[in-house]
Amino acid sequence: MTLASSAAVPGAIPAPIIEYSQLAPMLVVFSAAIVGVLVEAFVPRALRRAVHLVVAFASLAAAFVWTCVIAGTSSLFANGAAGHVAAMGAVGVDRPTLFIQGTILVLAFVSVMLIADSSQDVSVFAGQAAAAPGSPEEREGLLAGLVHTEVYPLVLFAVGGMLLFPASNDLLTMFVALEVLSLPLYLLCGLARRRRLLSHEAAVKYFLLGAFSSAFFLFGIAMLYGFSGSVRLSSIAQAASTNAANDTLLFAGIALTGVGLLFKIGAVPFQSWKPDVYQGAPTPVTALMASCTVVSAFGALLRVFYVAFGTLTWDWRPAMWVVAILTMVVGAIIAITQRDVKRLLAYSSIAHAGFILTAVIAASAAGLSGSLFYLATYGITTIGAFAVITLVRDPGGEANHLSRWAGLGKRSPLVAGIFALFLLGFAGIPLTSGFTGKFAVFQAAIGGGALPLVVVGVVSSAIAAFFYVRVIVVMFFSDPVPDGPEVVVPSLFTGTAVALGAVATLFFGIIPAPLLDLASHAANQLFVR
Amino acid sequence: MSPAHYIFLSVILFTIGAIGVLVRRNAIVIFMCIELMLNACNLAFVAFARMHGNLDGQVVAFFVMVVAAAEVVVGLAILMAIYRARRSASVDDASLLKY
Repeated sequence: MTLASSAAVPGAIPAPIIEYSQLAPMLVVFSAAIVGVLVEAFVPRALRRAVHLVVAFASLAAAFVWTCVIAGTSSLFANGAAGHVAAMGAVGVDRPTLFIQGTILVLAFVSVMLIADSSQDVSVFAGQAAAAPGSPEEREGLLAGLVHTEVYPLVLFAVGGMLLFPASNDLLTMFVALEVLSLPLYLLCGLARRRRLLSHEAAVKYFLLGAFSSAFFLFGIAMLYGFSGSVRLSSIAQAASTNAANDTLLFAGIALTGVGLLFKIGAVPFQSWKPDVYQGAPTPVTALMASCTVVSAFGALLRVFYVAFGTLTWDWRPAMWVVAILTMVVGAIIAITQRDVKRLLAYSSIAHAGFILTAVIAASAAGLSGSLFYLATYGITTIGAFAVITLVRDPGGEANHLSRWAGLGKRSPLVAGIFALFLLGFAGIPLTSGFTGKFAVFQAAIGGGALPLVVVGVVSSAIAAFFYVRVIVVMFFSDPVPDGPEVVVPSLFTGTAVALGAVATLFFGIIPAPLLDLASHAANQLFVR
Repeated sequence: MSPAHYIFLSVILFTIGAIGVLVRRNAIVIFMCIELMLNACNLAFVAFARMHGNLDGQVVAFFVMVVAAAEVVVGLAILMAIYRARRSASVDDASLLKY
């Protein structure tokens, strides 16, 4: 990286080189978020939602198209280069990152559809978040038909942070991106229209634990900076391979940054926030977190452990083995006892994080491509599943308790059938995308010499299959409850999200080759350094 | 005084903060403990910047201050909302979501 040679005047500060075209996807999303804030200030209330929707969908689509254009730019990858380090070393633009960003943008687009759904209530978000639940102010707000349209800019800020998180090539950028993606999500969790106490509680828990874990992440960065004298991932890697002194700082740094990243993906023993937050948050926000945040956090985890700690595989692997085994087993076993559908999916998400970790541990191109494929297919299936949950409703809101789902298959075979398809996908039954994904990650893990991990993985998949199938049995083979929940006719947005999820789950199960090829093409040169 | 002393001080502050998060019950106090942890990180960054003789650590410290300020905005908003709803800022009272 050469500085611009503007040193004609002594003492002049050389201007940094910013590759705007390569950073455009992130810039587009962030600008759209800022435009959203202005819309909130200047557009009349009646028009706001429509304008926000246009801005959000247009920016996400434009960012996706631009990501594809960058991925197709041959000059970026000329002479076998893995990619380019943009913005003076702050952002890595390489194929795995572009794959992850593209995945996040598609998943965010579908999540925004769920967030925008207003067919059942005025909105899924509280009319006036500042009014206490049950207070006269809240009632007045409801009668006046107030709606929080601030959620759209918040979502865009979060998505922008998610795009930057896996792309950051230095730990300072990564920390800022982590906060940019987390802070809007803390707020979104607390904005549910129904069951507001649960929603508040989820927001508080997520916020306190999230801030706690990011403090650990930051202290880890401080240790690594103390060890290497730089926050750049490649400099840390270089220092780790040459500098034998000060191992304490290095290992403390690896452990603490690892805690921060593993918290975000919800690996055991840092998983305790996940069920509470997923259950309490508004379901469309849960869909966003369970898909996009997980993809982004895995992207960052992969980049840090493959680039900065790539030469120290033998040092971090044993600890990650323990985490992966615990994550798979604990996630699958505790899920068996769950009676709430959203909580069940939260524990299932923990178990899935464990399956992906087996591929991360392989520290190879196969591990990377397996994780990429798994993340993409799991993300879209998850959004579909949460979209179905928004359709099964009691008079007071969503019917999330499993007992209310009894006999759903007899009353609404189509919706129950699609949900069963998603569950089979999660369980990894052949002909669904979940099977191909599991096959890819376990194959990578075996290639990395982690046979015991794969055995644990297969056993916990079997345990997980038990509770997925139990939900299917409850839906199809038990008698409907007398005053059972109503299955509402989905609006265009939710219907599209469900259909996309179902089609993707089947399509990538039957014809996985195109996406698998794309993932392995993206992964074969690993990350840029 | 060697910079190492500052590192030890920052580790001690970080530990006090972490223990505070784990043992205190009031959400606001927990939040203050998290801020203490962030400030301990800042101290470590600045001390390491002095040790290595480059400015990266000091720049990081500025960013952390901004991030901490943003976190206060979001955090206090959430804590206010839950306090208004429950008339209590104790994290033990917020226990509807479990098992």
